[in-house]
Amino acid sequence: MQVRRLPTGGRIDRSQSLAFRFNGKEYQGFSGDTLASALLANNVRLTARSFKYHRPRGIVGSGPEEPATLVELEGRRASANQAATTVRLEEGMAARSVNCWPSPGLDMGAVNQLFAGLIPAGFYYKTFKWPGWHLYEPAIRKAAGLAGAPVAPPLDGHFEAVHAHADVLIVGAGPAGLMAALVAGRTGCRVFLADERTEAGGSLLDRRLEIAGKPALEWVAESVAELKSMPNVTHLLQDASVWAYREHNLLMVNERSPANSNVLERNWRIRAGQVILATGAIERGLVFPDNDRPGVMLASAAQAYVNRFAVKPGERAVVFANNDSAYAVAADLHASGIDIAAIVDSRDAVPEDARDLAGEIPIKSGSVVIGIRGKRAVKGATVAERDGRGAEKVDCDLLLHSGGWNPTAHLFSQSRGSLRYDDTLATFVPDKAAQACVSVGGAVGEFSPASALRTGAEAAASATGSEMPDLPAVTEGHYSIAPLWRVDARGAKGKAFLDIQNDVTVDDVHLALREGYDNVEHVKRYTTGGMGFDQGKTGNINIIGTIALQKGVPIQDVGTTTFRPPYTPVSFGAIGGIREESVVLPYRHTPITRWNLDRGAFMYEAGARWRRPGYFPRDDETFQEAVNRECRAVREDVGVYDGSPLGKFELKGGDVGRFLDHIYTNLMSTLKPGQCRYGLMLTEDGLILDDGVAMRLGKHRWMVSTSTAHADTVHGHMEELLQTQFPEWNVYVTPVTSQWNNATVCGPKAREVMAALGSDIDLSHKGLPFMSFADGQVAGLPARVVRVSFTGELSFEINVAPRHMRDLWERTMEAGEPFGIEPVGSEASHVLRVEKGFLSLGHEVDGTVDAHDLGMSWIMSKKKRDFVGKRSVELRRRGNEIRRELVGLLPANPNEQIPEGAPLTPGGERRPTEGLVTACVWSVVLDRWVALALLENGKSRHGETVHVRLKNATIAADVMEPVFHDPDGLRMRS
Amino acid sequence: MMLIPCPFCGNRSESEFAYGGPVKPDRPDSHVTDDEGWVAFLTTVPNPVGPVHEHWWHVKGCGAWLTIWRDTRTHDIVEGPPDAG
Repeated sequence: MQVRRLPTGGRIDRSQSLAFRFNGKEYQGFSGDTLASALLANNVRLTARSFKYHRPRGIVGSGPEEPATLVELEGRRASANQAATTVRLEEGMAARSVNCWPSPGLDMGAVNQLFAGLIPAGFYYKTFKWPGWHLYEPAIRKAAGLAGAPVAPPLDGHFEAVHAHADVLIVGAGPAGLMAALVAGRTGCRVFLADERTEAGGSLLDRRLEIAGKPALEWVAESVAELKSMPNVTHLLQDASVWAYREHNLLMVNERSPANSNVLERNWRIRAGQVILATGAIERGLVFPDNDRPGVMLASAAQAYVNRFAVKPGERAVVFANNDSAYAVAADLHASGIDIAAIVDSRDAVPEDARDLAGEIPIKSGSVVIGIRGKRAVKGATVAERDGRGAEKVDCDLLLHSGGWNPTAHLFSQSRGSLRYDDTLATFVPDKAAQACVSVGGAVGEFSPASALRTGAEAAASATGSEMPDLPAVTEGHYSIAPLWRVDARGAKGKAFLDIQNDVTVDDVHLALREGYDNVEHVKRYTTGGMGFDQGKTGNINIIGTIALQKGVPIQDVGTTTFRPPYTPVSFGAIGGIREESVVLPYRHTPITRWNLDRGAFMYEAGARWRRPGYFPRDDETFQEAVNRECRAVREDVGVYDGSPLGKFELKGGDVGRFLDHIYTNLMSTLKPGQCRYGLMLTEDGLILDDGVAMRLGKHRWMVSTSTAHADTVHGHMEELLQTQFPEWNVYVTPVTSQWNNATVCGPKAREVMAALGSDIDLSHKGLPFMSFADGQVAGLPARVVRVSFTGELSFEINVAPRHMRDLWERTMEAGEPFGIEPVGSEASHVLRVEKGFLSLGHEVDGTVDAHDLGMSWIMSKKKRDFVGKRSVELRRRGNEIRRELVGLLPANPNEQIPEGAPLTPGGERRPTEGLVTACVWSVVLDRWVALALLENGKSRHGETVHVRLKNATIAADVMEPVFHDPDGLRMRS
Repeated sequence: MMLIPCPFCGNRSESEFAYGGPVKPDRPDSHVTDDEGWVAFLTTVPNPVGPVHEHWWHVKGCGAWLTIWRDTRTHDIVEGPPDAG
């Protein structure tokens, strides 16, 4: 039974009844309801418990300002910490209160109220110090926070992000925003209108006003219809919060209920020429004892519930105000059959206009509410003169309060516009804009509908250079206010909340000030006032007023805290859009991925998102058996691997030789066409950037290969140098990583496989010696064969165009079959390079290691006058400090594996480390575990025994040269 | 997110660019400069409150390295001082 639903009126569809659950109980609401209005219609008053004291709370507001009732949505669209006032009611919706257990009616945490006096602001910082925060942290983390995050992504649908451009972006579809959109739209420019409510109209939805002699909502409907007919007004978004105002007029809009039901939420990033902020105003509360009891509600919220949702939030109300706006509320409620016991106005003089609105409702001017009866629901109020005299009790079940109106200046302030305190309005209003934006209507303190229409039209006319239209007639309302920052009367006892969500009272702010936290930002951090879900939309200004009163300074001097995005909460899903992992960074494949998978490869990611085969297990082989088999094939017969992911760049121009000499540590310009050379690149501060091979294709044409993972880095490095330091050098860099694929045939029988494949290139030892290349045909395919070796065996890297890669691969496997060819994965490649002591950047190189440490002093050219990093390496080594140098390790027990990364300490004792193990593999040539390590003074310690320190053990190992196989390199040169 | 003027592509969104760091003095001749000069070149980075001259790389666009003057207080892209290059 919706016992509080009015028989007629409201923007709800009574033909569509919706069933929902709240804290396990079944209720009914109507289409058009929010969860909050449906709960009120069902007379559910106690809807929440507060964050710190677990006090009973009800519904306070009607929109995103709601500070009290947060719910967790369950089921298909599970989502935590939603304000009940912004949740659109849906059939079958299930929600429950946060921050209470088991229910808001019976909440075990309510015991905190007994200790309220012991847990003032700053309590954590003072108390949980001894013996250490970590002792208390787990319990406090459990008590703190509100609802938990959903445990799984939504079952269906996805999030979406869209970029858009607009000449004029209008935020808010109230009277000011609609008028601005009409004026801008009629000029034909691109207009974008976004509004946070589920339908257009803004505050007109909540009130009973007339525009052009008709109900205001008829004007709204006509305006929306006209906007929809304009092709240039491309987006009229409802239920869409503009939540961030970023640099250069980029605004973020979160559309919560897009028309396409597959899209859960859509996040717009809109770059606008001009922004018109028609964001309206938010009512602030008054600060009096027990102003948080269920049934204490913002006056404007009650007006919204009566007019927009046809719900009576109570039967008998007391209205407490310091300004004129609450009089219209009282009139509307009275007309809907709610008994108004009294209007309590803190001002001595009430303007005539306001008195006229009140009609026969008794007005108590110069009076305040000094207390509330009822803990779980309001039962009455105590009203007295401002100093506390003449207290009398009034029965009521609803206490409506209005402390005045604050322009919703959040976005303006996010855009770095400044705010100014306006004494007449007793609030902060936008002052100087920092970007191309203008505030209109309530957002700039123009609170009457007539001035909203006027300022909206003016802003749009000015932005588009068009004429001011004739404005429809609307009743001019008057607004005046005398600020009342808190009730300070004799007999006023009980907690008076400034920030209802975070349980921050006047006493907490006074305490912060006494303890020296007297900057408004410090008060915020110390008391948590203005933090959290609502970001103090109703209470911040009262905190600022309380500070000003206590310090005896003007409010302007206290200032506001910084407004930051988001204006209203946004789900992480909406921020991410569809950019989940595989979309942000899609995997890269070579043409033989399918072949690899068919062959049963275990696929890895190998740097830069390449999918590469790790190993090719056969039947019920273990990992180690498969890797050993692949290694043995390369060492004893022949193997083939796909080297396509290696970074490749073609460099052209007369200055390439000079350029390569500058970026490599060794000399490249002396290479002759047809030759290649291994090289090392440093950063300017002397650290190792990358290693790879440079080939000279012709007089002015070169090819540079890089490691897979660093291809992009090296590309950036080269472009930066060429474009910023040597713009006059004639060098053009073209990335060709994806234009060349290769199959690398390696092993003692590699030349026989090449012969079986057939080639017009002379592949003999003399015809194509080590570190040279030739172009021609291989297996009938155009190819470039390069004699480099990353395994230490005789190798032929057959490079072809991607369209030929799969053919080449299959023909190589076929031709190699008689020789026992095996496809080789990255695991075996790792073993083979460790056996040879070849460098792997990801293993042996970190931010301390240089080429000398790695035993590669030979690659640091002494002939060249300069190269990138030369001076820095010299500078770094001048102190003759102890260096960690690359060594080989043989574990004393040949069957004992050393974990990669394990530390070496003197004697294996608990002492500072003297190195670390960078790699450890089962060597098929030595038939034992072998390792590489960086060890202090390692080069002079060959033959010593060192110790690996593990958690529960030490491993002894003998130090040797970092090469376990063919130290003279005869095999790869063969 | 800033709107960065690329000399080839016009105003483009910051997400297309990679930050290239402030424009530093030219690389000194490593055989002429003393240790302090070299270390200063490596480690001293202009970090003014106000306009700073900096590199951006249009890496997801045309690939150009470009420079802008950006006000570090506001992210506004501004005119460089008249005596700047």
